[in-house]
Amino acid sequence: MTDPVAGSYASALADGEPVLALRGVSKRFGAVQALTDVELEVHAGEVVALVGDNGAGKSTLVKSIAGVHTIDDGQIVWEGRPVSIHRPQDSQHLGIATVYQDLALADNLDVVANLFLGRELTTHGTLDEVAMEKRAQELLDTLSIRIPSVRIPVASLSGGQRQVVAIARSLIGDPKVVILDEPTAALGVEQTAQVLDLVERLRGRDLGVILISHNMVDVAAVADTVAVLRLGRNNGTFPMAGTTQETIIAAITGATDNAVTRRAARATWPRAEGEA
Amino acid sequence: MSTPPTRPSGSPDPSDPLSGFNPLEPPPGLDPTPSAAVAPPVDPRLLVRQEGLRGYVDEFKRKVRGGELGSLPVVIGLIIIWLIFSLQNSQYFSAANAEFIVYYMVGLGMLATGLVFVLLLGEIDLSVGSVSGLAAAIYAVLSVEHHWNAWLAVIVTLLAGMAIGGAQGWIFAKIGVPAFVVTLAGFLAWQGVMLWLLGSTGTINLEPKALNALFSGNSYFLGGDVAGAYILAGIAVVGFGASGFLEQRRRRTAGVPARPTGELVARTVVLAIGAFLVAWILNRASGVPNNAVIFLALLVICDFVLRRTTYGRKVFAVGGNIEASRRAGISVPMVRISVYAISGTFAALGGLAIAATTNAAGQAGADPNNLMMAIAAAVIGGTSLFGGRGRVWSALLGILVIESINAGLFMLGLTLDIQYMITGGVLLAAVVVDSLSRRTQKSSGRA
Repeated sequence: MTDPVAGSYASALADGEPVLALRGVSKRFGAVQALTDVELEVHAGEVVALVGDNGAGKSTLVKSIAGVHTIDDGQIVWEGRPVSIHRPQDSQHLGIATVYQDLALADNLDVVANLFLGRELTTHGTLDEVAMEKRAQELLDTLSIRIPSVRIPVASLSGGQRQVVAIARSLIGDPKVVILDEPTAALGVEQTAQVLDLVERLRGRDLGVILISHNMVDVAAVADTVAVLRLGRNNGTFPMAGTTQETIIAAITGATDNAVTRRAARATWPRAEGEA
Repeated sequence: MSTPPTRPSGSPDPSDPLSGFNPLEPPPGLDPTPSAAVAPPVDPRLLVRQEGLRGYVDEFKRKVRGGELGSLPVVIGLIIIWLIFSLQNSQYFSAANAEFIVYYMVGLGMLATGLVFVLLLGEIDLSVGSVSGLAAAIYAVLSVEHHWNAWLAVIVTLLAGMAIGGAQGWIFAKIGVPAFVVTLAGFLAWQGVMLWLLGSTGTINLEPKALNALFSGNSYFLGGDVAGAYILAGIAVVGFGASGFLEQRRRRTAGVPARPTGELVARTVVLAIGAFLVAWILNRASGVPNNAVIFLALLVICDFVLRRTTYGRKVFAVGGNIEASRRAGISVPMVRISVYAISGTFAALGGLAIAATTNAAGQAGADPNNLMMAIAAAVIGGTSLFGGRGRVWSALLGILVIESINAGLFMLGLTLDIQYMITGGVLLAAVVVDSLSRRTQKSSGRA
């Protein structure tokens, strides 16, 4: 782990109270207990990687935060007060933006139209294209996003460019927490690096980021904290600094229940919840 | 993990909760990115259009090669059609024939305008022909048989069209029946309702009142005065030019790319030549028919709604990606219902216009041919059947093609069998062009 990440991890935690916290969240689908007493905290300026095997409950957890599912038990705490999230709009109004794996961009519309879709700027009841284009350009510039032109249809962008447009789109509403679902899953080396750069810039803007990823290299590159889910339960929360990938992989696969990994976890992170 | 762990050494001052937050300055320890300092370089792969006429021609060539044909095929097709018929019959290239085409295109053109909205969603409305016939019957029964005030009858008729379209849209959007099936049922059912309303006589003659008078064959703008046509052309050119230059100024003030002045002047000059030429030709006959004035005004309004309002943006978004629209907070069912209501309203309006050409509401009002012609017009004009791509002006261009062919075939005295074959061929050609250009756009990354 390099010093920069450790430094910003610390700076994030300087502001002690998490912007978003899940307390004992449970969710059932019929006979399936998808989530059991899950805890999660995100601070401003912190990148939390949410990892776990397929079926661990990552998507369910994210959808519960995003308002697609309603939780059965537990509490979602936003900036210190409990909130209820029943619809996607509730989540958006709080300031949570979610970028789903299938990017859901309208191919026939240009970048500006996609960025502002559903939140168009208007003057006298008509679209204010000039203001939108200006703001879009400014937003893309501050994020150092390079796309050929903001007026070309999204259809002509590459996969990486579409991903950064989708992430930029989530920032239009000035959110405080951004959830990225597998943002690098389908990307090449260069594009992955661009997206990871973007994640770091989001953290630089003091946003809380929840990053879902299967890719340990990506997680190691940008995350401050790694939260592991296994079979719908917390299986450890580790600071990225000082935690080996082996420890995390052990937590993901469930091989954590042996003396060596328990010892390793205790040595680096006294509050590891691997024994949950 | 309810309390933060002990802080690693070397961290920023904990008493300052905002340490590390400064959007203009990278947070401590982060690799400083040149985000604010250096303007992002232009992507070297991007072909940038040069200033001036040369650049415009180059970009035009590139667009055509990339499959963005726009109005090009239909304009070329129109010229070929006019040439062929003029060679066959010298009377074809005359002011009287132009007047004939302009007057008779309006009814079907209105059906096609409503269909453009539906096609933008990637759906179809097969009921517009029947709804237009039914609307004429409703108007005739109310105004002639029940002696209602003519304008009131017009309003009730248009509301009926809107309600019919909205109901079909509701069944499609809320119950989930494919639009094709819903409107196919409507195609049959509304024709039945029309026949039932018209009763045993089968035809009700209309009086030249209200909208019917404006739509009738001897109603011209400013009474057919020569100035009328030139005033309309002038309004169009000034409006087009002024909006272009205002937009350019606003964009330059805001510092975003704007169209070069040369291009704006060229576009305005081309429109001016076209508009005044048409005005001059129509003046050599009787002037501009009022129904065409109403049609053009509606096209301008629809174009504005589709391109400049959030509603229009929603229509394009739903036509492009339903899931993206839903997640953006757009109510997809409301967009669908409203679009079918618009289609129904235009169908009713078109029905009144068609009835006015014969001054009667008759059983022929729901001619299934009208439906096919209207769909053909929208597609020929360049609105994609696949949704998300198109303009209302394609209704005008397409219906010009259809009516030019009809007028020519009529003039040559060709029988109905030949007419159907030729119109069918033109429709097929239009759809083939649509599919091919879509394929080319895909391969050049534009679709």
